[in-house]
Amino acid sequence: MGAFIVRRLLNYVVLVFVATSLAYLGAATAFHPKDMYLQKNPPTPAVVMYHELNERNDNPDKPVLERYAHWVDGVAHGDFGQTWQLDSVSKHFSISVWVTVRLVTVAAVISAVAGILIGSFQAVRQYKFSDHAITFGSYIIFAMPVFVLAPLLKLVAVQVNKAVGGNTPLLQYQGEIDPDATGFWGQLFSRADHLLLPTISLSLGLIAFYSRYQRGQMLDVLGSDFLRTARAKGLSKTRAILKHGVRTAVIPVMTLVTYSTILTFAGAIITERVFGWNGLGSWFTDATNHSDVNSVAVITLFSAVLVLIAGMLSDIITAVLDPRVRL
Amino acid sequence: MSQNLLLTDAAGRPKNPAPTGTPLLSVQDLHVTFSSEAGDVRAVRGVSYDLHPGEVLGIVGESGSGKSVSAMAILGLLPDNARITGSIKLEGRELLGLGDKQMSKIRGKDIAMVFQDPLSALTPVFTVGDQIVEALSVHQKLSRDAARKRALELLDVVGIPDPERRFKNFPHEFSGGMRQRVMIAMAIANDPKVILCDEPTTALDVTIQAQILEALKNAQELTGAAILMITHDLGVVAGFADKVSVMYAGRPVEQGAVDEIYYRPRMPYTIGLLGSIPRLDVSGEHGRRPLTPIEGNPPSMVDLPDACPFADRCPIVTDICRDAEPELLPAGPDSHPSACHRRADLESGTIPIDQVYPVPQIPETHLDTVPRAQRSPVLEIKGLQKHFPLMRGAVFKRRVGTVKAVDGIDFEIREGETLGLVGESGCGKTTTLLEILELVAPQAGSIAVFGRQAAKLSGRERMEMRKDIQIVFQDPMASLDPRMPVGEAIAEPLRTHGWSQDKAYERVAELLELVGLEPYHASRFPREFSGGQRQRICVARALALNPKVVILDEPVSALDVSIQAGVINLLDELRAKLGLSYLFVAHDLSVVRHIADRVAVMYLGRIVEIGDVASVFELPSHPYTQALLSAIPLPDPRKERERSRILLPGDLPSPANVPSGCRFRDRCFKYASLNAAEQMKCRDEDPVIVTRPGKEDHAAACHFADALEVV
Repeated sequence: MGAFIVRRLLNYVVLVFVATSLAYLGAATAFHPKDMYLQKNPPTPAVVMYHELNERNDNPDKPVLERYAHWVDGVAHGDFGQTWQLDSVSKHFSISVWVTVRLVTVAAVISAVAGILIGSFQAVRQYKFSDHAITFGSYIIFAMPVFVLAPLLKLVAVQVNKAVGGNTPLLQYQGEIDPDATGFWGQLFSRADHLLLPTISLSLGLIAFYSRYQRGQMLDVLGSDFLRTARAKGLSKTRAILKHGVRTAVIPVMTLVTYSTILTFAGAIITERVFGWNGLGSWFTDATNHSDVNSVAVITLFSAVLVLIAGMLSDIITAVLDPRVRL
Repeated sequence: MSQNLLLTDAAGRPKNPAPTGTPLLSVQDLHVTFSSEAGDVRAVRGVSYDLHPGEVLGIVGESGSGKSVSAMAILGLLPDNARITGSIKLEGRELLGLGDKQMSKIRGKDIAMVFQDPLSALTPVFTVGDQIVEALSVHQKLSRDAARKRALELLDVVGIPDPERRFKNFPHEFSGGMRQRVMIAMAIANDPKVILCDEPTTALDVTIQAQILEALKNAQELTGAAILMITHDLGVVAGFADKVSVMYAGRPVEQGAVDEIYYRPRMPYTIGLLGSIPRLDVSGEHGRRPLTPIEGNPPSMVDLPDACPFADRCPIVTDICRDAEPELLPAGPDSHPSACHRRADLESGTIPIDQVYPVPQIPETHLDTVPRAQRSPVLEIKGLQKHFPLMRGAVFKRRVGTVKAVDGIDFEIREGETLGLVGESGCGKTTTLLEILELVAPQAGSIAVFGRQAAKLSGRERMEMRKDIQIVFQDPMASLDPRMPVGEAIAEPLRTHGWSQDKAYERVAELLELVGLEPYHASRFPREFSGGQRQRICVARALALNPKVVILDEPVSALDVSIQAGVINLLDELRAKLGLSYLFVAHDLSVVRHIADRVAVMYLGRIVEIGDVASVFELPSHPYTQALLSAIPLPDPRKERERSRILLPGDLPSPANVPSGCRFRDRCFKYASLNAAEQMKCRDEDPVIVTRPGKEDHAAACHFADALEVV
């Protein structure tokens, strides 16, 4: 068993390295960092420009492989290089990642729970009005990209605030916290207020997604013999469905939920942008806009690690939920 | 047959154990209708019966006859789109119209149920113990310890060894038979008054079926419950039920005491059912009794006309049958009710019961007159072995053992001969077939076809050889591509072997006629055919290339009894007409007895007994064969009551963990009766298969082989 785990982890290290290297080489070849300096008005003097580019290990006049070797050497020593603003990438990462975590944790939990419950509910009431209504709503959400949904939510918030009136707006939609908020409760409230709209924007899509899968799985289980056995034992319909049905139907859905949940932590690009949270998603777009290879590489590295964690975790969750699967 | 004789049966029981008092369960004029897009499906159309305490009522019918639906109606577990009318009374209390909450109090307490498929009837994610405890705690206020104690007791009652350990196991760690025992334990947990059993043994092997029926009988004696036994197997009912109701197209067509139904049937459908089952105990003059199939298919339950629903399949149909549906009425003053316009003619003997159906001729071939030794072998298997590595773990795969699926078997099939290969699931039958079909060198041993070693064939020769060996699979629904017209499916082997389109087209028409279908059926899709017709199409496909050997893998076990007979007769006829040799794999020994010339009994990857059908079935010499034959219920109530069964303990051991010495010894009843020295021999020495003394074609692999009549 131990040898298996070691071999698997070793596999993972190789995979992460390959993924990150490809991202680095791609970005380093495709980006034109010089343009950033030349487009400025007045343009940055060439001496300053080359100095900064060399500092960032992004000088396009050097061969790509040479820069790559330099970068790998740095990474091996724990140095991930500098951002386009000449900050330490590591420092920037350790700030942004927590912003993202604070943003998506609540949404991830809510969407998993709500998605599974709504999907189960729909299956039980298959082809009834509520099922049709939720299905209809789900398709509307599927059809609406986040970059439409998020600004739409913002618009609604503005209208609500107008209608309610008062000095401070009721619904907040910019940033993480009101800098004026004081005291534990005051800060907590402010955080929750700021979190509300982005959470809705993140969750709706996931809920719609999970509930479709859970509904399908649940329909299979509802026709199953063991549910009939549970009812023949004398369990009421509701109890049989909750205890025997949902518990069994959720097993295959959990793989999907685990992957999607873990991967939301790689950054919610659009939601972060629209609601002004400086998390990994915002950083990634900024880095791309500024031809910043080091930042792109580190975010790719993080995403790759998340994918592998998700794979491992979903295997473990399946094994825990399903006694038929043993590690 | 005089009336007096019928007042008592062979065992001396009164003809009617005259039920007294109010019935426990009374179903009156039950109708169940499902709405569907095609119109209303009238699944149950007027079922009435009374069930008294301690009584066993068997409900017999083919799939779609409404027998399961009527049982689910009693439990109130039909889907929402079912409309139920009539009356279902439990001890005088009307159950129809009760809400889910009230019915939940009755389900599992007063009325319990055992379902067909034990593999899917238990929730996979909870332990067996927890599921029994749940059945208890739903209806009784018990402390956790008390519930656990009672659950352990129940596991013990239904015959699960080592209940303490098994309590913590999950369903997938149990075999099918064990799971069905758990189902019975849950059913009797609250001492129910009625136990509904819906095909409780259909999914199980015969030796396990015998165990489960025994467990059910014990459970009934213990609880005094009445049992409603739903089944398609006339053998199971014969030995188990007191009275029988035969259902057809949603209605009972004949109802009465079990002996009445079996010995004095008054409805052509019942007569047809009884005539269409191959029997283990009856052999005709030439060794076989012809089967009388019921032609046609059951009617669609949508828009049934006001006519006898059996009219289209009935050999004694008259005009009145097409004008009105017959009521369920007694045929005479001393007869049980049947729904047939011609019941009076059947009662009076104007139409003799055994002449209702035309008896088909058993076809004979010129090869039958040639002694076996003079016919050349078409398939020779020597020392065939197939072992699989056993892997464990979903995330971390590792090899933990070897599954000895086929562990050295020999047999040969000669020209024009049928060899039946029988055994319970997991004994290696299918692996044997697949090894033969592969036509390559096996892991060990040899396969020779028409005297040529499969191992030595070149690629081209192997392709040629495939023409001569074809296969028909068990499930005709799954073995035909649903998107391919059947003509194309039949032509596929022809095209593969280079036939031109025109020639193939002609051959398809010819083949369809050969198997009893029409040439114009070629352009239709599989879904337009019934199960029996689809199996005929599969037979046509197998015969396309004029093979000499056809391998039949459980060809009739997925079909209803009345359809089964037609396919069996067809196979018999084709064998004679085309001079085919069959390797017929089946778990149903009655079918094998009917169709095969020789039979090989497999146990855990070995052949334990082989020989001509008459010898093996009449004087079985290996204890396993004896137990296997003894476990099969006969569709004959008197014989069933007189028989004593050999019950094998436990399940088939895993082929990954074969016992030392004789692989059957830990389930062998003979082993138990041996002295220490003899037992040692069974433990240490693997018995080889040897010819029985004085027999030409009969061999058994047992140190202490001894003939025993069991049927």
